[in-house]
Amino acid sequence: AECVRRAVMTSGNIHNKFKMKFSAEEEFPDLSKHNNHMAKALTFEIYKKLRDKQTPSGFTLDDVIQTGVDNPGHPFIMTVGCVAGDEETYEVFKDLLDIVIQDRHGGYKPTDKHKTDLNYKNLKGGDDLDPKYVLSSRVRTGRSIIGYTLPPHSSRGERRAIEKLSIEALNSLDGEFKGKYYPLKDMTDKEQQQLIDDHFLFDKPVSPLLLASGMARDWPDARGICEGCEEATGSWGSAGGVMKLVLVSVTHAVSPSPLPLPLLLQIEAVFKKHNHGFMWNEHLGYVLTCPSNLGTGLRGGVHVKLPNLSKHAKFEEVLNRLRLQKRGTGGVDTAAEGGVFDISNADRLGFSEVEQVQMVVDGVKLMIEMEKKLEKGGSIDSMVPAQK
Amino acid sequence: MASTFTRVLSRKRIVGILSLAGAGSLVTGYLINKDKVHASVKSSRRMYPASAEYPDLRKHNNCMASHLTPAIYAALIDKATPSGFTLDQCIQTGVDNPGHPFIKTVGMVAGDEESYQVFAELFNPVIKERHNGYDPQIMRHPTDLDASKIRSGVFDERYVLSSRVRTGRSIRGLALPPACTRAERREVERVVADALSGLKDDLLGRYYSLTEMTEEEQQQLIDDHFLFDKPVSPLLTCSGMARDWPDARGIWHNNEKTFLVWVNEEDHTRVISMEKGGNMKRVFERFCKGLKEVERLIKEKGWEFMWNERLGYVLTCPSNLGTGLRAGVHINLPRLSKDPRFSKILDNLRLQKRGTGGVDTAAVGSTFDISNLDRLGKSEVELVQTVIDGVNYLIECEKRLEKGQDIKIPPAPGQIK
Repeated sequence: AECVRRAVMTSGNIHNKFKMKFSAEEEFPDLSKHNNHMAKALTFEIYKKLRDKQTPSGFTLDDVIQTGVDNPGHPFIMTVGCVAGDEETYEVFKDLLDIVIQDRHGGYKPTDKHKTDLNYKNLKGGDDLDPKYVLSSRVRTGRSIIGYTLPPHSSRGERRAIEKLSIEALNSLDGEFKGKYYPLKDMTDKEQQQLIDDHFLFDKPVSPLLLASGMARDWPDARGICEGCEEATGSWGSAGGVMKLVLVSVTHAVSPSPLPLPLLLQIEAVFKKHNHGFMWNEHLGYVLTCPSNLGTGLRGGVHVKLPNLSKHAKFEEVLNRLRLQKRGTGGVDTAAEGGVFDISNADRLGFSEVEQVQMVVDGVKLMIEMEKKLEKGGSIDSMVPAQK
Repeated sequence: MASTFTRVLSRKRIVGILSLAGAGSLVTGYLINKDKVHASVKSSRRMYPASAEYPDLRKHNNCMASHLTPAIYAALIDKATPSGFTLDQCIQTGVDNPGHPFIKTVGMVAGDEESYQVFAELFNPVIKERHNGYDPQIMRHPTDLDASKIRSGVFDERYVLSSRVRTGRSIRGLALPPACTRAERREVERVVADALSGLKDDLLGRYYSLTEMTEEEQQQLIDDHFLFDKPVSPLLTCSGMARDWPDARGIWHNNEKTFLVWVNEEDHTRVISMEKGGNMKRVFERFCKGLKEVERLIKEKGWEFMWNERLGYVLTCPSNLGTGLRAGVHINLPRLSKDPRFSKILDNLRLQKRGTGGVDTAAVGSTFDISNLDRLGKSEVELVQTVIDGVNYLIECEKRLEKGQDIKIPPAPGQIK
């Protein structure tokens, strides 16, 4: 019975083996109208080579690429188009994923090493951003727990086990990080409203990019939010990453204080005590579901008022050179309102956490100077920086 | 239960690498790929007991949730159909879509013909609830596509604006939309488009592949109200049937635009016969003729439809088993629709009302889509006759109300014997 159960639990294997009766030509997806990293990288030869492989937990090539097949993309925005179902995905399907990673992360080679630096003391400044322009700051990253599958692949039992482990770890935090866990499915209306008002609550994903990967299955089972008592911090469990940590500072500074970065180390220590460290290796850094979040998985950013600069013809160029990215204040895929933008680091892999946050701090400072200059009717041409 | 299926092994297809002998058996052993992996960890996937995997259905209101006990879940969780479809996959749509307090959805789908057998312990009570007491373990479903048996069936066109009959058909040996691979889906398209190209006379027509149609063709199909879109309803998308859209999807229709086939939408095929006006008899005649012709043509190539005497025609959603038939009219009933007895009259006539946009739409003015409630346990001829008799009764009521006369609620029919 045990081996049978095992066989069935890895039914991805059974179905994939069944699929082998069809030829690679018959199964190869039609990517002629697609524009995402996966479609660019996936040649017929690669498909043929990898189609009969699976990770030990049963994740297959078709599982990896399904979201990219279902979402051809946008002519102007390059989506990634593939996901990992477990840590081994990045090894078993490296022939495809190395190319995607290289394309997405500015030429990052399969032999490159990624540096991790969570020592907040190495950050210069960040507590000195002009509050007339910078409204709030935020740092988020994700962590995956070794030995567990990732959201596209996890079963309910697995996801619940991850939730349990995460709660245990989060409950062991003390001091300013002490918080309360709110499981999504048991939340009262009052709790829900409070979390929405604090901008902590996350919704069931609606984006087809996410849904097509299977990560929204069984919603809201085993999803939740742990909110710190200090309203300055909050962290989420089991959302986009296996555990997504979002640390919000409602003050205007990207703080050099013991906020976000050491918290991650503290949480990791708890998981390690249970022999469940975070997925990490020296090539890919922290391993997460989407290849775009490898490395640091860190997005550090501010909500900043740049009504003049944002209308300037060189705004995009400035952002590119500073290695920064703009979004609307509702997060990814939203528009800016009232000249207020979400400005964050564009990189994830190849630069450390400290380096990425430093780029945000330095870049935002420069852009505020530019904004001030434009307010006075001056020109910013001489201020446009060199490519970082 | 194994004898309820007679499998046809065509020369082209050898289906199923693992044998499954009846509802009590388990999948035979299978070797997991033993390639070594460099990354930090792992043996195979973690195992959890059934109790740890059992879904939380406390806030759910669908047929699956009503019948999936922890015991049934534990009994079925170790099983898979020969192509690897599992219980979790069957029920995913019902787990992800808790339902609606007033509308009870089905909440589960089949991935292939064998699903109904392997997971019978859950499918059977769901089928029984949904199909008014029909018990697949002891009952037999009658199939009858002899349109000559229809009596009357030409409606008063002052009330009936259009008439339509639809059903679905699945190609035996190929997995259903929630489970099919791209190759299987393309094979369905090939088999069906090939058969349809053999239709003649009033059924002569053309296939339009969704991936290859031109802008003009697309616009024409939209104007004719034939084009179907990528499904957006989470009830459908959560089952996995929209994967790889629009690969291998298409629309076929005859030149006269009275016979239409959808390929690889919610089922392998959906077959629709329709016309403006009230000649339901002719619509049904064309329907039967077209279905029989297509069946003959696929048989020539060694294929056949999924059908058995317990479940009738096998389709993805249990609600469409049996005949898979919905015969209906767009009918204008300005007085009757405002009468408080309208719903009860429809119930007793075994009819259902919808808005003229189809399922989940509201009626416009006093024009309704009226069709049969039942699918399984009654034949096609019986169901279409029920609609004809029912609609005639509704028209009679409307006419009586026009003259200021009173109307009667017809007697309720008995349960399925």
